[in-house]
Amino acid sequence: MLDALTFQLGYNAALVTLGATMLGFAAGAVGAFLYLRKRALVSDAISHATLPGLVLAFIGMVALGGDGRALGGLLLGSAGSALVGLWVTNWLTRTTRLSEDAAIGAVLSVFFGFGIVLLTVVQNMSAGRQAGLEGFLLGSTAGMLRSDAILIAVGSLVVLLATLYMRRPLLITAFDPGYAAVRGINTHRFDMALMVLVLGITVVGLKVVGLILIVAMLIIPPVAARFWSENAVKVVGLSALFGGLSGYIGAAASATAPALPTGPIIVLTSFALFVLSLLLAPGRGLLAMALRHRRLQKQVHIRQGLLALARNQAIYEGFTRRLLRRAGMMQADGVPTLEGRKEASQLLHDEALWQELRRSQTLSELAIRDDGLTRIAEVLTADQIAALDAQLGPKAVS
Amino acid sequence: MSLQVAPTGPADQDGVDTAPLALRGLTVAYGAEPVVFSVDMTVAPGAMTAIIGPNGAGKSTLLKASLGIVTPLAGQITYWGDGLARNRNRVAYVPQRASVDWDFPTQVLDVVLMGLYAELGLLRRVRPQHIARAMACLTRVGMQDFADRQIGQLSGGQQQRVFLARALAQHADLFLLDEPFAGVDAATEEAIITVLKSLKDEGKTVVAVHHDLSTVDTYFDNVFLINRRRLGEGPVSEAFTPDALQAAYGGRLSDGLIAAQTG
Repeated sequence: MLDALTFQLGYNAALVTLGATMLGFAAGAVGAFLYLRKRALVSDAISHATLPGLVLAFIGMVALGGDGRALGGLLLGSAGSALVGLWVTNWLTRTTRLSEDAAIGAVLSVFFGFGIVLLTVVQNMSAGRQAGLEGFLLGSTAGMLRSDAILIAVGSLVVLLATLYMRRPLLITAFDPGYAAVRGINTHRFDMALMVLVLGITVVGLKVVGLILIVAMLIIPPVAARFWSENAVKVVGLSALFGGLSGYIGAAASATAPALPTGPIIVLTSFALFVLSLLLAPGRGLLAMALRHRRLQKQVHIRQGLLALARNQAIYEGFTRRLLRRAGMMQADGVPTLEGRKEASQLLHDEALWQELRRSQTLSELAIRDDGLTRIAEVLTADQIAALDAQLGPKAVS
Repeated sequence: MSLQVAPTGPADQDGVDTAPLALRGLTVAYGAEPVVFSVDMTVAPGAMTAIIGPNGAGKSTLLKASLGIVTPLAGQITYWGDGLARNRNRVAYVPQRASVDWDFPTQVLDVVLMGLYAELGLLRRVRPQHIARAMACLTRVGMQDFADRQIGQLSGGQQQRVFLARALAQHADLFLLDEPFAGVDAATEEAIITVLKSLKDEGKTVVAVHHDLSTVDTYFDNVFLINRRRLGEGPVSEAFTPDALQAAYGGRLSDGLIAAQTG
């Protein structure tokens, strides 16, 4: 395994790994734009629609007396039928009252079913048995030719460069299509261009990942990347990185154990990255969210506890008492410490200022900032606080 | 296809060649029912115009059709006597807030930089001077401290100010705003109107869909009344009359309220 990861298995295996890495990188980048445009499922229709064209291309090449397994010809055929599938999906959505998800479901199942029928026919042909076409369902790098790997790497690179070239209009369209149109961006054309890029990466990836799972390479990396950043460009970059890493590990693992299908391993790798992101990402990750919730809860308890102390009320909740004791605000017997007393009276003063602010003519709209935790000094300047204090007058002196 | 209809007002060609925005016979339908019918409008340059009318009167639709976001059934739309395509960068649009995906991974500064799309194009790099210009626009709307916030984390009023900053970054001559004051806090309303008035002082033209009749005369120079048809147009002092409002709002606005609004 280590040999595979460090390109020690020979020139061919290294080339295949390079191709898969490049593919994952490009798929992650294109997938990020697709995900941000909220049309991720279209890729599922496209990938399943490749099968009839793939098999027909094989039949055609054999009928013409050639080698039915030439990757270039097979990919050309699958691109053709995927284009038809994409066109039918668009046509159904545009001219009928069918929603896009229903159209995707219809196209996906019909094209795939037709493809499977054709595949069964081919496997009963004499030339079909060794064709290895079923390898295109789940992906296989075993026995991949050097030229295949180069084709995949170059194809991925072309898709990646085209995607980066269109990044600005694609992002503006995804964020706000109406505004994009006003700025003179032909949103329809860029949507179509994005679909063609998705089609390109699907076709290029057929051999490595297989048509059933290629959709995962387009969707999982951006979803995982989204956990890490609030910046679209960074999401795209990270998504490409996750995709590339998955492709690399999947191809390398497949090189050590040729019986393993490449597609599922790539998908499982990217899924692992997704789970890590879901749990550990700062900001949007589950762990960070739980910690933030916990911290907020503590803040609320301490604040309420101190206010109760300041008003000489008893604190019944054990959690609050524990927090106050740990913060050194309260002794074990429930009597506030000197520091606790000081803090409590400051909070009480804050509360009075917030009340006064609501009555103030000039400042009352800032009352929306009063969430019970925000100190008034974070909202007002020292001068404004002094002015409120003056209005508070003798009441404040307690 | 052109529709021959009786003009609903003085439908002459006066000012079409110089008006920042002129509409002639604009008709827009959703499905079978026209929501804007044969509307003429001539926006006065260097002034602030409010488009007013009751809910569902076609105010936003009029704006969207002018900008090509919805396709009109009939009518002529000109910007300075020419098509929108030739004047795109002179026209800035501030949409209604609801049209945006708030969970989109984009920060405030990125949104403002979208205003520079015509200059940046597909490949040019974002340079420090672009950032500085975007920051200056954020400062103008009082949002400079929020440049790295994700857009969904802002309050409604703050979001609206960011979209105004994006429009400012474009250095346009005509600003079209769809309900800029809807659902915003008083501080934002103040900030926005200050910016709009300063735009007017710079000689720019401002057109806003507006719903609050009580502020029309303090905020705007001209009004355009619409309820599917054009029901009045002109300086506030002439066109913003109880009669015109009665025609536009019908029974939806009591006479007493009209009197109060227009003094």
